[in-house]
Amino acid sequence: MALVAPSVRTSTQEEVRRSLTTRDRNIAGLVLQVVLLIAVMMTLLILFTLLVRLIGPALPVFGDRGTAFLTGTIGSNPDEVGIWPGIYGSFFIGLGILAISIPLGVAAAIYLEEYAHDTRFTRFIVVNIRNLAGVPAVIYGVLGLTIFVGWLDPVTSGKTVIAAALTLAVLVLPIIIITSSEAIRAVPQGLRDAGYGVGASKWEVTRDHVLPYAAPGILTGTVLSLARALGEAAPLILIGAITGLLPATSLDGPFTALPMTIYSWSAKADVAGADLRFENVAAAAGVVLLALVLLFNVFAVYFRNRFEKKRTGT
Amino acid sequence: MSATPATLTVHDLLGDKKRRNREARMRFLFRLAAVLSVVVSGLILFTLLRGAIDFLRLVPFGDLVDDSTAPGWFPRRERFDLPTVVLGSVVMGSIAMVVAVPFGLGTAIYLSEYASPRTRRIIKPIIEVLAGIPSVVVGYFALKFIAPDIVGPLFDPDKVQNMLAAGIGIGILIIPIMASVSEDALSAVPQSLREASYGVGARKSATVARVVIPAAVSGIVAAFIIAVSRAIGETMVATMAGGLDGSGPRAVSPLDPGLSITAALTNAAGGTDQVKDGAPFQVLFFLGLVLFLATMLLNTIGNRFVRRVRQKY
Repeated sequence: MALVAPSVRTSTQEEVRRSLTTRDRNIAGLVLQVVLLIAVMMTLLILFTLLVRLIGPALPVFGDRGTAFLTGTIGSNPDEVGIWPGIYGSFFIGLGILAISIPLGVAAAIYLEEYAHDTRFTRFIVVNIRNLAGVPAVIYGVLGLTIFVGWLDPVTSGKTVIAAALTLAVLVLPIIIITSSEAIRAVPQGLRDAGYGVGASKWEVTRDHVLPYAAPGILTGTVLSLARALGEAAPLILIGAITGLLPATSLDGPFTALPMTIYSWSAKADVAGADLRFENVAAAAGVVLLALVLLFNVFAVYFRNRFEKKRTGT
Repeated sequence: MSATPATLTVHDLLGDKKRRNREARMRFLFRLAAVLSVVVSGLILFTLLRGAIDFLRLVPFGDLVDDSTAPGWFPRRERFDLPTVVLGSVVMGSIAMVVAVPFGLGTAIYLSEYASPRTRRIIKPIIEVLAGIPSVVVGYFALKFIAPDIVGPLFDPDKVQNMLAAGIGIGILIIPIMASVSEDALSAVPQSLREASYGVGARKSATVARVVIPAAVSGIVAAFIIAVSRAIGETMVATMAGGLDGSGPRAVSPLDPGLSITAALTNAAGGTDQVKDGAPFQVLFFLGLVLFLATMLLNTIGNRFVRRVRQKY
């Protein structure tokens, strides 16, 4: 301190005092904050516009047709079409995913988290699953076309809801494995140790302690991936979902799904003399699909938050 | 008690045979389920490779670049110009990134560094809603709103449907992935780094711009790469709003209609009355293989960057 010349010291003091008392404006900081805020606002605006531009054209359909829009079949007159075949297809696709992907996905996650040792093969499986989760959906359509429509024709009878359900089940499998693994990993080690301590075997510990604790997390991940699968249209185009006429819905005949109705109606030219335009019915189908998907999402997020609160509370 | 052997052997500790068998059975089943994912990968690769080789037998590799004066992708006339569809994907993907990077990254930085916990609680679920919107709905939005009401009046393109509108639509779809992966990276930056920055007198803006973002840069790069991969693999928006019905001339300008790899793929399969074994159909396997390899490469690089963030902190 003694080495510092008094003159320097006073100027430093002034400098410090000035920077502490004067209110200088931080232009760069303000600009940064405003730019970030604009980015957020634009993102929200995009979402808002999308919803408005979807619901707006859909309103006349719900007003004119009411529930007839839900029970009608696809066709060439926008005044008469409905989304029943789409709902039918999407329902069984969802059912197929529940029946196939959940058991397989959870089983694979249990193996990776509870049983597998850290070998090269295990790491290969993990990397492979992560890669599968990043494969574009349309590629699964190519797979489904060859395997489930082609090779497994005796089981699926070709281009049917069964083939579609199998394809989308394979599509969501890696996502279910990843989310289930995360849920299982979050189970405290103490729970397992307590189980082993009283002589339980690995499967008994997994069944009685690990799975019940991880169940909410697994359920959340499953519901989210189910929502994703229900909105997926690209693989279904490959599998040959019907876009034109579909006289009857069946499990072993031609099929379509909810997103496919939006896809086909968006591209259709308007019919002269019809009150509604295909644009309107496409939007209405979009509203139904979006409502369904968002319902699943909200349910999953609500469920997750509820259980997180419960856990941290006890 | 007298029946108990004096010395306990390992055999006594193994428990009863039925229980041991059940353990082995369950272990086997779980392992089978895990190995199934490898089988799926194998089948994907096998399907694509076999189909692509069949296609290349019909159309030799040299014919995949059309060097005529009016090159283009015309599968029914057996003209497969690979640059046409690759350019389509690149143009639409680039536009998508121009949309997704500022909005996605901006949202991520705002949420991670500026937003109060209350604001976060409101905005994060909304972003999750955006992430949950099916691509076919965004395709409708791009086709019926972005093209006629945004791109049309602003740029006055020759055709209402063009790659710019489709690209913007794809961009909207990948904003959430860009936002969530980069927010993960920003949140992973240790609080001590920010405190150290404030400790030496740096402002919030300087802390964010010179400490937090550089520290999270590999995660942001990962977000970018993963978003590019999603943009290239995105199918419905490109198919619905790209402006072409499965064939068209080579186009570079965003204001022209264009065909992406994915759009060409769905159109190859979507044709109703096509011969199912000719080159116009077989090409879908070849396009699938190109798409698979491109996204796989990007995802591998992206995941490597994600892992780098995890190891760092």
